[in-house]
Order: sequence, then structure tokens, then C-alpha cells
Amino acid sequence: MNGGLMRSATTRRNALALGLGALTITLTRPARATPEIMEQAIKAFTGGKRVQEGRVTFDISLLVENGNSVPFSVLVESPMTKADHVTRIGIFNEKNPLPDVAIFTLTPRCGRASVASRMRLNDTQFITAIAELSDGSYWSAVSEVIVTLPACVED
Amino acid sequence: MARALINVPAKAKRGEIIEIKTLMAHPMETGFRTGVDGKLVPRDIITQFVCTYNGEVVFSAELFPAITANPFLAFTTIATESGALVFSWTDNHGQTQVQTAPIHVE
Repeated sequence: MNGGLMRSATTRRNALALGLGALTITLTRPARATPEIMEQAIKAFTGGKRVQEGRVTFDISLLVENGNSVPFSVLVESPMTKADHVTRIGIFNEKNPLPDVAIFTLTPRCGRASVASRMRLNDTQFITAIAELSDGSYWSAVSEVIVTLPACVED
Repeated sequence: MARALINVPAKAKRGEIIEIKTLMAHPMETGFRTGVDGKLVPRDIITQFVCTYNGEVVFSAELFPAITANPFLAFTTIATESGALVFSWTDNHGQTQVQTAPIHVE
């Protein structure tokens, strides 16, 4: 009788331990970018060059209900001539599984350095938009977005 | 891939900056979600978008899983001459879909 109780207790303990193990696995499994990983992604984009603030207008909602679709647009002050134009615009995030959102490649034929799209957001976080100019300089704008219902939660 | 919605003004004045909007029907499966069987759903995303105007690339984009399902892209171009705008979407399996939109420049 006693032995049986002991046995069931150990199995319960085992079951608990197993459950805990499973819990840590599920907690650690969703891979996430961190601000450091975003810094690395930005470094890869800029080649380690200095990024200055300004010239970029990053338009995104400050508070979104649904992280599955967050519209955004980027406008960069540039004459978009052959000599002086925006060559690339990169969008980076801190807390999605991957730090990159999109990299747009522009040409003087665009006429205006303006792009718009929609992104997924896994959490409340800072989003960075960086423009690369034809003279080799980098300009950025940062926006914090508060997300009440993150993307990637529904199956 | 399937249906694409493309919004290009049918007529434009020479030198005018026109806005182009595109929307491609695509799940943009991130590769981070688990399905009902508990396994990860394989990644299926559009990674590359290119727009050419009479053969010359005017705009392109590299997309990551953080872009929403049915990726929407809006950008601008200068209306230089009548012709065709060709849009192509390529997914991570290497499949490409091409759509063409005519433009009349006065």
C-alpha cells in the first residue's frame, strides 16, 4: 500500500518534472530577435558605417490592435537625381523571430523615395527605418509601436 | 502563387511621378508557426519583388517573413514613355510569377 503510494508519488514527480521540461522547451523555442541581433542586422546593412538621425519620415501607427498587419510607409528627403538619390531603404525590428522586415532597392527612376507596405509585429517594440544614399551616408528614423495582439499567436 | 492586384494609372503625363500599388495573394508562411500536428509549418514566403519599366529595373524589394500575408507594396516611378510595367514575385522555392501592366504616357 505504502509502496504503491510512493510509486505514484514518484511517477507524479516524474510527470511534473517532465511537464516542467516541456514548459521550458515551449518557453525557449520561439526564436526571437533581440535589440543586439537587430544591431547586427543593421551593421550588415550599413557595413558598420555611422547612421545619422533625420531625413527619413517613418510613418507607422503608434498603437496597433492586430500585429498581423501593420501598415507602414517611409519617405526620404531626396531629389532622386542620378547624382543624389536613395539607393536602399531597410526596415528592422527588435522582437520578431527575425530582425529584418524588408529591404527596398530604389533607383533615380522612382522619382520620389517613398515606399509603403505592411508588416507583422510579434510584440511591442522599436522599429528602425534606415535609408542608404548614393553618397554612402545612412539616415534613420525610429518608431515605437505598441501591439496589443501580437502576430504569430494563432495556429 | 495566385492572383495579383496591380494599380497603375492607365494614363500619365510625361515626367509625372506616378504611384504604383501591388498586392499579391500569398500566405507568406513564416516557418515559425506550428500546425495542428505540432510540427513547424514549412516556410513559404515571397523573397523577391522586381518592377521593370520598359526593361529597366525601377524598384525592387527583398522581403522577409515579417511582411504580411498577401504582401502589399506601394512605390513611385516617373512616367517617361508609353510601354509596359512588368512585375515579378519570386518565392523561396524559386517560383516566379510575372504580371504586366500597360501605361500610356502623353
